[in-house]
Amino acid sequence: MAVKKFVVGLFDDEAVLFPAVKKVRTAGYKLHDVYTPFPVHGLDHAMGLRETSLHTAGFIYGITGTTTALSFMSWVFNVDWPLNIGGKPHFPLPAFIPITFELTVLFAAVGMVMTFCYLCQLMPGVKKHIFHPRQTDDKFVMVIELTEKTNAEEVKSFLAAAGAQDINEQKAEAGWWFGRYDKDDEPYLRKIQTANA
Amino acid sequence: MKDQFVVPARLKKTSFVLMGVGLLTLLIGLIAFQGENATRFWAGLLQNSSFFLLITLASTFFIAATTLAHGGWQIAFRRVPEAISMAVPVLSAILFVIVMILVFGGKEDIYHWVNAHHVAEDKILTWKSAFLNKGFFTVATILTLGLWIFFTLKLRRMSIEEDGWDLRPETGRKLLWRNTVVCGGFLVVFTLSVGSTTPWVWLMSIDAHWFSTMYSWYTFASTWVSGLSLIALFVVYLKKHGYLTYVTEEHLHDLGKFMFAFSIFWTYLWFSQYMLIWYANMPEETEYFQPRVWGQWRPIFFLNLLINFVTPLLFLMKRDTKRNYTAIVFIAIVIIFGHWLDFWQMVYPGTVKTLVFPWYEFGLGLGFVGLIIFLVSNQLTKAALVPKNHPYLKESIIHHT
Repeated sequence: MAVKKFVVGLFDDEAVLFPAVKKVRTAGYKLHDVYTPFPVHGLDHAMGLRETSLHTAGFIYGITGTTTALSFMSWVFNVDWPLNIGGKPHFPLPAFIPITFELTVLFAAVGMVMTFCYLCQLMPGVKKHIFHPRQTDDKFVMVIELTEKTNAEEVKSFLAAAGAQDINEQKAEAGWWFGRYDKDDEPYLRKIQTANA
Repeated sequence: MKDQFVVPARLKKTSFVLMGVGLLTLLIGLIAFQGENATRFWAGLLQNSSFFLLITLASTFFIAATTLAHGGWQIAFRRVPEAISMAVPVLSAILFVIVMILVFGGKEDIYHWVNAHHVAEDKILTWKSAFLNKGFFTVATILTLGLWIFFTLKLRRMSIEEDGWDLRPETGRKLLWRNTVVCGGFLVVFTLSVGSTTPWVWLMSIDAHWFSTMYSWYTFASTWVSGLSLIALFVVYLKKHGYLTYVTEEHLHDLGKFMFAFSIFWTYLWFSQYMLIWYANMPEETEYFQPRVWGQWRPIFFLNLLINFVTPLLFLMKRDTKRNYTAIVFIAIVIIFGHWLDFWQMVYPGTVKTLVFPWYEFGLGLGFVGLIIFLVSNQLTKAALVPKNHPYLKESIIHHT
């Protein structure tokens, strides 16, 4: 976790945002993230993000659920407490299938939700810096990280040329910290702290 | 842009060779299976004609379901299921001739309820005779086949007619509305036929004492997933020959998702039908599974599950395979073959009884494949491959999964 410097630009329209993302990447600036109020198809490709591994994790959780259900039920009905139920065998596979299926789905679903939250650093009691309050409302917010090599003014004029509005520079924590959005601040009323205002 | 399909000579030759193989097998079968063995001759015809008719009818269902759901992604290749569905009239005629010979020719080895003497002596069959009789069978068959053909031809005719319209908001609305009405009508017929009675009278009545309310849905799932695979095969074929410019791997991905999902849906019905009967363990119900699970058909019964569930599940799970043309072709052929095998084990244990190598059935199947290729490729030439006036065409072109 480190406090870093960012240049933030707002976009109104996807049609302007996509070419801007492309220009930022070809110019070699470090794209921190792009925040959008809704999922934008193809933006992940434009930003050059790699394909998520969430589904691989889901597959692993799923087979964990399958093995848990099958091994637990077989242990219960064969080893721990064998019962004769309706003259069925002690390992009645068809009767186990619905429960196995349910546990597979349950493990996969819960596991994937938790992994997703972990990857996005979302959790009750976990806070991240909000670059612009309207990033969940009606604006596309592009954040470029400033490194030692980049000049803030140059990035600002570059973003302005690419069609961004309301360009500002922010000094903010890049990672997460413990805190609450409802108690600690009021995002819509808060004034944005600009570094060289 | 190539928008008008021309049948390549090679495809035409392939279809004729396959049809030749089918006819030759039919001829050999006619000579080889006589007297007591004639059961196999008719069982093979019943299995193949009902399977291939229902998988082509799945294309009409595809059009109807996607239209009613206001789906836009399939418009770029909508002419493909349309062309496949145009094989329905011919295949219906073939099936009609076959089942009429079975019923009125007294083929009681296939349908033992056609023997009036038999029915009078049998309490269960007497009780079922209000439903299982020649009159009802004939009327139901004519009615369902007639309505399927009517709606299929109607949808196709409307679609071609719309190519001549000019593109305005009013015509777009009119196009959507009348397609919705016809597709709604077809879905009612489809639900009452393939979703309920048709598989009962054509296939389940082979085991006339047995019954399962899951049977029709099971048959539907089987033919629907194979029908989707058939659409995918034609789409890939056309794409590889430079047609269907607007179809990308995004569309293929969605078809692949459908094949994946409905393979699982088929398994769900396969298992539901089996588990209820296994759990209740009542003799009049378990008799159906006796030859299949514990008799000679045991290997086929489990092979069925392996080909139709485990293979598509593991193969289509990855995103990359659903977007790969070769992979989709491979799995589509596996799925169609698997469900053909499924129909084989639905028809044969109740009729032929012994498990034999299905060279005759497979030969007939190749004949039907040749016939479908011939009919569909001819129909594809009859109209432009892109319905240029459809209001959802743009949605399909920019489709992104």
